[in-house]
Amino acid sequence: MALVEAIGVRKSFGHTEVLKGIDMEVERGEVVCLLGPSGAGKSTFLRCVNHLETIDAGRIWVDGVPVGFRASGGKLHELRERDAAHQRRDVGMVFQRFNLFPHRTALENIMEGPVQVLGRRKAEVGAEALALLERVGLAEKASAYPGQLSGGQQQRVAIARALAMKPKLMLFDEPTSALDPELVGEVLDVMTSLARDGMTMIVVTHEIGFARSVADRVVFLVDGAVVESGTPSDVLDDPQQPRTRQFLAKVL
Amino acid sequence: MASDTRMNDVREELVVVPLRHPWRWVSGTVIVLLLAALGWAMSEAQIQWEDVPGFFTHPVMFEGLLNTIVLALAAQGGAIVLGVVVALMRLSANPVARWFAVGYIWLFRGLPVLLQILIWFNLALVFQNISIPGLFSVPTNLVMTTFVAALLGLGLNESAYMAEIVRAGLSSVDEGQTEAAKSIGMTPMTTLRRVVLPQAMRVIIPPTGNNFINMIKGTSMASVIAFTELVHAANNISSRNLEIMETLFAAAAWYLVMVSIASIGQHYLERAYGPR
Ligand SMILES: Nc1ncnc2c1ncn2[C@@H]1O[C@H](COP(=O)(O)OP(=O)(O)OP(=O)(O)O)[C@@H](O)[C@H]1O
Ligand SMILES: [Mg+2]
Repeated sequence: MALVEAIGVRKSFGHTEVLKGIDMEVERGEVVCLLGPSGAGKSTFLRCVNHLETIDAGRIWVDGVPVGFRASGGKLHELRERDAAHQRRDVGMVFQRFNLFPHRTALENIMEGPVQVLGRRKAEVGAEALALLERVGLAEKASAYPGQLSGGQQQRVAIARALAMKPKLMLFDEPTSALDPELVGEVLDVMTSLARDGMTMIVVTHEIGFARSVADRVVFLVDGAVVESGTPSDVLDDPQQPRTRQFLAKVL
Repeated sequence: MASDTRMNDVREELVVVPLRHPWRWVSGTVIVLLLAALGWAMSEAQIQWEDVPGFFTHPVMFEGLLNTIVLALAAQGGAIVLGVVVALMRLSANPVARWFAVGYIWLFRGLPVLLQILIWFNLALVFQNISIPGLFSVPTNLVMTTFVAALLGLGLNESAYMAEIVRAGLSSVDEGQTEAAKSIGMTPMTTLRRVVLPQAMRVIIPPTGNNFINMIKGTSMASVIAFTELVHAANNISSRNLEIMETLFAAAAWYLVMVSIASIGQHYLERAYGPR
């Protein structure tokens, strides 16, 4: 069974349907890049996978567990927020605007999840957190507050914060869109190495170069529906759909 | 090059005339004269200044001071706890809770504190017993002491203000913070305690400090129901010796001491939760 299985996912805000029946499978260790024009519903879909939004129809399974529900007695019971929080432990998320906790240092940001959510001891988590900072190349910034870090550094800390929960799946929502051009590379490098280490990732991005070199599969989303999907070379170099061609002509 | 040197020579010859501030001198002098006049009036006034320190440290004054402090702290503390609860109800998804919070704030903020104190104090006139049928029943007179009536009157009014302050604080924290907390699996309670409230503090503390200073002074309203706080203590002392102004000044000095300490505390709290 695939790590992520989405079937017929629909979502409306008020009267506008933003997701119009999305089907998607992501295998373990696979990196999927979600591409598409603004307003296509990429962020919304990602947020549904992490149950930051509820869905109106369809179903999403992560590692065989129905997102936002508990299966018992042949029925799916909607989860209380507390239990939904428990499900989210296994899924890491990285946001466009970093969303680091500004009142805590880089190290404390990373330790927050393992200590407060998993209830682990500070001493043992501290060493792990330092190792994670090292991995994203920021060992010397352990005691810096987010306000003292550049955008690229903040985003790398945010990635480390998500990794600290040892997630099965990482979701990235335009992780480099808020960065100055010269800082994009350092974040993409961290994500590339994460992909090489076998992390399962869904990445919403406008970085076509990243999609081409790192993604196993590219999914192209327009107006809440999957228009085209396949290997990067198929979709990016030989797009079959006019919408895909239009979009690529603009961003390439 | 040559012309540059000439320019420099000319510049060095120019004398600088500093801007003068004649009106600062005038207004400063007026203020000093007014203060001197006030000081002279005070020294001529028919006040036994030498008696004031005695009243300042009078045992009854100390009793009033202690009661003032306990009442102010209890009322403010209770108001903060209630305020957080009402603010959370105000922001909750449950429409009944939301409307209850709106009504609560409307009522307890809308009535004068003095009136609220009097209503609580006279509750026994309309409810002889406070009871939950089948569980317990106590005479209202026993429960509704002057302290409890003052505590309820001051605390409930303040809790309505605190609810608005806390709501503003919670709303000031970026939505992305809650999402990030959720995304690492935090429960709503942990998110509130570890992420949202600490950041809301920056917005919550300054007005809360101001309100607490108001609360210290507001406790004086409990004197109308004969609770022995500072003003009532001063009245008790002066009813025996008729040195009304002397005892009032002694009480005034205590208020200034308390307010000064509270202001210093507020300063340090603001610094502790300040921006990084
Ligand atoms: N909370 C919300 N309430 C109402 N409408 C929303 C909400 N979130 C998103 N939308 C709408 O849903 C549509 C899809 O939004 P979404 O953010 O998923 O697009 P996107 O593909 O991520 O676009 P972008 O590339 O600009 O980030 C948009 O039209 C947006 O206005
Ligand atoms: Mg988006």
